[in-house]
Formats: sequence, structure tokens, C-alpha cells
Amino acid sequence: MWQIYDTPLKSRLLIGSALYPSPEVMQQAVLASGAEVVTLSLRRQNPQEQGGRKIWQYIQSLGCHLLPNTAGCKSAEEAYTLAQMSREIFATDWIKLEVIGDDYNLQPDPLELHKAAKMLLADGFKVLPYCTDDLVLCLRLYDLGCSVIMPWGSPIGTGLGLMNPYNLESIRARLPQATLIVDAGIGRPSDAAMALELGYDGILLNSAVALADSPVTMARAFALAVEAGELAYDGGIMPKRQTAQASTPTLGTPFWHQEKET
Amino acid sequence: MKIYINNQAIEIAQPLTLAQAIADYGDKGPFAVALNGQFVAKPNYDDTVVGDGDRLEVLSPIEGG
Repeated sequence: MWQIYDTPLKSRLLIGSALYPSPEVMQQAVLASGAEVVTLSLRRQNPQEQGGRKIWQYIQSLGCHLLPNTAGCKSAEEAYTLAQMSREIFATDWIKLEVIGDDYNLQPDPLELHKAAKMLLADGFKVLPYCTDDLVLCLRLYDLGCSVIMPWGSPIGTGLGLMNPYNLESIRARLPQATLIVDAGIGRPSDAAMALELGYDGILLNSAVALADSPVTMARAFALAVEAGELAYDGGIMPKRQTAQASTPTLGTPFWHQEKET
Repeated sequence: MKIYINNQAIEIAQPLTLAQAIADYGDKGPFAVALNGQFVAKPNYDDTVVGDGDRLEVLSPIEGG
């Protein structure tokens, strides 16, 4: 078991609800993933379309914890307002805080993110900031009161995996008490396993499952990968070595290294 | 005078409460409202007045990552 703030969870996989071929596939994939936390968002209501209500009903039927995001926000003020609206609709004080600073790679704006986190924490939110893998930024967010921090593996939707394992390891080493989740950029199940092997508490993904040829099959693959990564970390991974060392005992090796009798 | 709901201009004869302004808007699923960028909690809809140039955002749940 692990925790997001004071909520105990079994699955180390958090999953998004977007980009699936259909709401039905989304529902099946989330179930196959074993995830207990699902992300979702808010957008302008369109009176002519009732499709939004349908996806909401599918998400509700999953019975998962809801993690609303502030996707699309570019300032602390926008994110704060959207978080307040999310809290009222979804009846949760969790907020996945996204404040984007660059449209090209959807990189979070560290200054606005920090400002928004401060505003939200003061208002009683449990903030899960999506941030870059910058050690000092993560330290500052933790100092503010963000018990959960979510550095990216790589930019949203790229599937490039963990671009900078050194940075991620540094954050883990320097924030041993924080709950750390790799959010964004996960492409393959092996990326997820690697994040857990590094000691991360969980991963949050969406595109890697939703855009797979078979989202349901891929969801299951990620569930197994996360479990494998967690077990690997708990098992204690051997240190890397620069030189070979035989695994088969050399004592008593036949045929070789024998003095020829004369 | 005009108010704007989700960027759509709506002609009104006189200032309205927020509750009146959104009464005929949307599909009546779950929603939350911001007035000129500031969140307005549901219990305050009857006490909040909207008038010329005010901008309302009426948001509803969607999928997200």
C-alpha cells in the first residue's frame, strides 16, 4: 500500500481518461489497468452537445478516485479558478496542477506553477503538481507543502520515456519522504517499470494506453510492468560494475588453466 | 446590454442574478461557473448580479490526462 496524501492505494498506476477510441474502450482499459485513480478535466459546456455527460457517466461508473487537472491553464490565476470549479463539481480537494509555459512542448511554467501551488495549498487543496524534472523546483514545491510531486518523464504525449533518469534519481534521493509520481512521456511498459525501479511511488499515463492498437491489452501490460518495477525496487537491484565477473564459480574449472604434466 | 456565456454574446434587458443568467444555458449536467475569471460557488448564484460586459464560464466534466 502507498498513499496520495492520506488516501491509501494499492495500484501504482494512475491513468487518464482521454484519447480512447470510445468511452467503452476507456472503461475497459481503466479496469484492465487496475488503476484506482483516474484523471479528468473541465471544459466549456456546449448546449448543443450532450456527449460530455456521457463520458462523465462512464468515468463515474468506474468507482475510482477522481483526479481533476488544470490542463490548458497558463497562469496561476487561471489554474486557481479552474481548481476551485473542479473541487465543487468533483467533490475532491485533489488537483493535478498543470500550468503550461510553452505551447511547443507543453513544458510547465515553473514560476506560475509554484505560485499556483502556494495559492491552492493555502485554500486547502491537496496539490499534485506536474513539473519538469528540475531538482530545485521539486525541492521548492515540497517545501511549500506538496507531499506529492509529479515530474515529467518527457513532454506530454511524446512517449519518449524517461529522458533524464539522472534527474529523476536525484529528486528521489533528495526527497525520500515525498510521494513521487512520473507523469507524462511514458511510452512503453518498460518505461513504467524503470520509474518504479528508480524508487518512484507511481506513474501517471494516458496516451501510452489510449493510443495503443489495443488499449485494453496495453493497460494490462502496464499493470504488470508497474508491479514488476515495484518488486524490483523492493528486491534491491545489484550495483552496476564496469568489469565482468564470472557468475559460475571458477574453482575447479575443468580443462583449462591446468599445468601440463611432463 | 450584453453578457457573454462561454464567449457567446447574449442580449439581456437588465442585470440578472447569476442563477437567472444561466437558467436556460447548457444541458443541465454537472457544471461550475466563473464570473470574469473568478469562481462563484453554487450557494452564491442568487446573490451574484451579472450585467453589461460580464463574462461567464460554464464548465462541465470532460475526459482528461
